[in-house]
Amino acid sequence: MNILEMNHIHKSFGSLEVIKDISLSVAEGEILSIIGPSGSGKSTILRCATMLETINGGEIIYMGEKAAYTDSSGSVIYAKGDKAKKINSNFGLVFQSFNLFPHYSVMKNITDAPIHVQKRNKTDVFNQARELLEKMGLLDKADYYPCQLSGGQQQRVSIARALCMNPKILFFDEPTSALDPELTLEILKVIRDLAKEHMTMVIVTHEMNFAKEVSNRIIFMENGVIVEETTPDKMFNSNNERTKAFLGKYHNMG
Amino acid sequence: MSFSTMLMQLSSGMVKTTGIFFWTIILSLPLGLFVSFGRMSKNPVLKNIVKIYISLMRGTPLMLQLMMVYYFPYLLFGMNIRTFRFPAIIIGFTINYAAYFAEIFRSGIESMPVGQYEAAKLLGYSKSQTFIKIILPQVIKRILPSITNEVITLVKDTSLAFSLAYMEMFTVAKQIVAKDATFTPFIVAAVFYYVFNFVVAFVMEHFEKKLSYYR
Ligand SMILES: Nc1ncnc2c1ncn2[C@@H]1O[C@H](COP(=O)(O)OP(=O)(O)OP(=O)(O)O)[C@@H](O)[C@H]1O
Ligand SMILES: [Mg+2]
Repeated sequence: MNILEMNHIHKSFGSLEVIKDISLSVAEGEILSIIGPSGSGKSTILRCATMLETINGGEIIYMGEKAAYTDSSGSVIYAKGDKAKKINSNFGLVFQSFNLFPHYSVMKNITDAPIHVQKRNKTDVFNQARELLEKMGLLDKADYYPCQLSGGQQQRVSIARALCMNPKILFFDEPTSALDPELTLEILKVIRDLAKEHMTMVIVTHEMNFAKEVSNRIIFMENGVIVEETTPDKMFNSNNERTKAFLGKYHNMG
Repeated sequence: MSFSTMLMQLSSGMVKTTGIFFWTIILSLPLGLFVSFGRMSKNPVLKNIVKIYISLMRGTPLMLQLMMVYYFPYLLFGMNIRTFRFPAIIIGFTINYAAYFAEIFRSGIESMPVGQYEAAKLLGYSKSQTFIKIILPQVIKRILPSITNEVITLVKDTSLAFSLAYMEMFTVAKQIVAKDATFTPFIVAAVFYYVFNFVVAFVMEHFEKKLSYYR
């Protein structure tokens, strides 16, 4: 079953069309990477999928339920109220800049929303949070504040925070690009571990080798369209001129 | 007049000054927060009305505002305003300080990174939960130094109530000086305001320290 389906998505900022009729789907347990040059619309498509931006056309479906669709007159209708809440509980997003709450301790960052938004049992939530922190190697940092942590540690907390909501699918928008190479490895390891547990993930990244290794499928985007969508092996042996040009740049850089 | 009688009279003024101070703080801080919402409203009518209000409050003398509030019911409706002195002072100070606090709140709220709202939205917090739990606590930390400045100014501004002949500290001191030809009440008043502000600064610093556990 597809966790997420996005069909014929259009998104413009003013007169600038950033997403031009993009369709994609993500099946349960699948790991999809999105690569492409800067400004190609990778963040925008994630922000549309997570309702941080409103689309101008197309439909977004989570677990078979329509989060947004375009009616016959061409206007986009979003799910509202409890239905929207239910749909939004399907996904989590890990930001490039972490966006932890600086006035909350690590533990409170992770547990506050499960307790006060999802109204789950406190003991259960704390136990889950402790497990997650242990997995992230941060159990000893539970009472720290974000400003007392390194960037890599902050990002791991933000991943734990997203996971503690028990999402069906987790989006990552360049989770390592604010980090230096060593800290990048920490985060990639965490994502790799999640992959082993078959967490459904969509990862926007500039780490080509990582994308190749961890994903089931890669989308190459340019100028708001999907240029190529295939398995990692095929992507990195592609005959498509633009794909080759883009990946070639990375090879020269790396 | 003996020194102790003088102190007796002055201390009743001190109580009244303290009253003006606390009533103004208690009323103008929340009012200022709501005014800042209006100032940031998407509704252009509301936003512009609030903008005009703030600019009038900041652009005209507080003393004049106090007098206008006080004489307003009499001049417009011919009402008896003899018992209206204290309410007029509190209303005058409150609407004036709310305007300043509103601008401080607004700058604090607008300085919050959009990522905080986005993270809260992704975690399912409602709009009001986001504001109360995530945004406001951080805003308060950011604006505390500016609030401290205004509060210290307020302590001194309470003396403007003399313009409505309200018997607060400064009015009393002035009367004794005029009547008894002694300078002492002014010195007592100066010490009083200074110590008052010393305490205010101490308390505010305590709050700032309490919030310095994070950056
Ligand atoms: N809020 C916005 N208002 C106006 N234009 C925007 C906005 N957000 C993004 N854009 C534009 O949309 C285009 C796509 O941006 P997007 O951030 O999705 O690119 P990206 O593929 O994520 O790039 P990068 O790899 O640099 O993160 C860019 O031209 C950008 O300037
Ligand atoms: Mg981006």
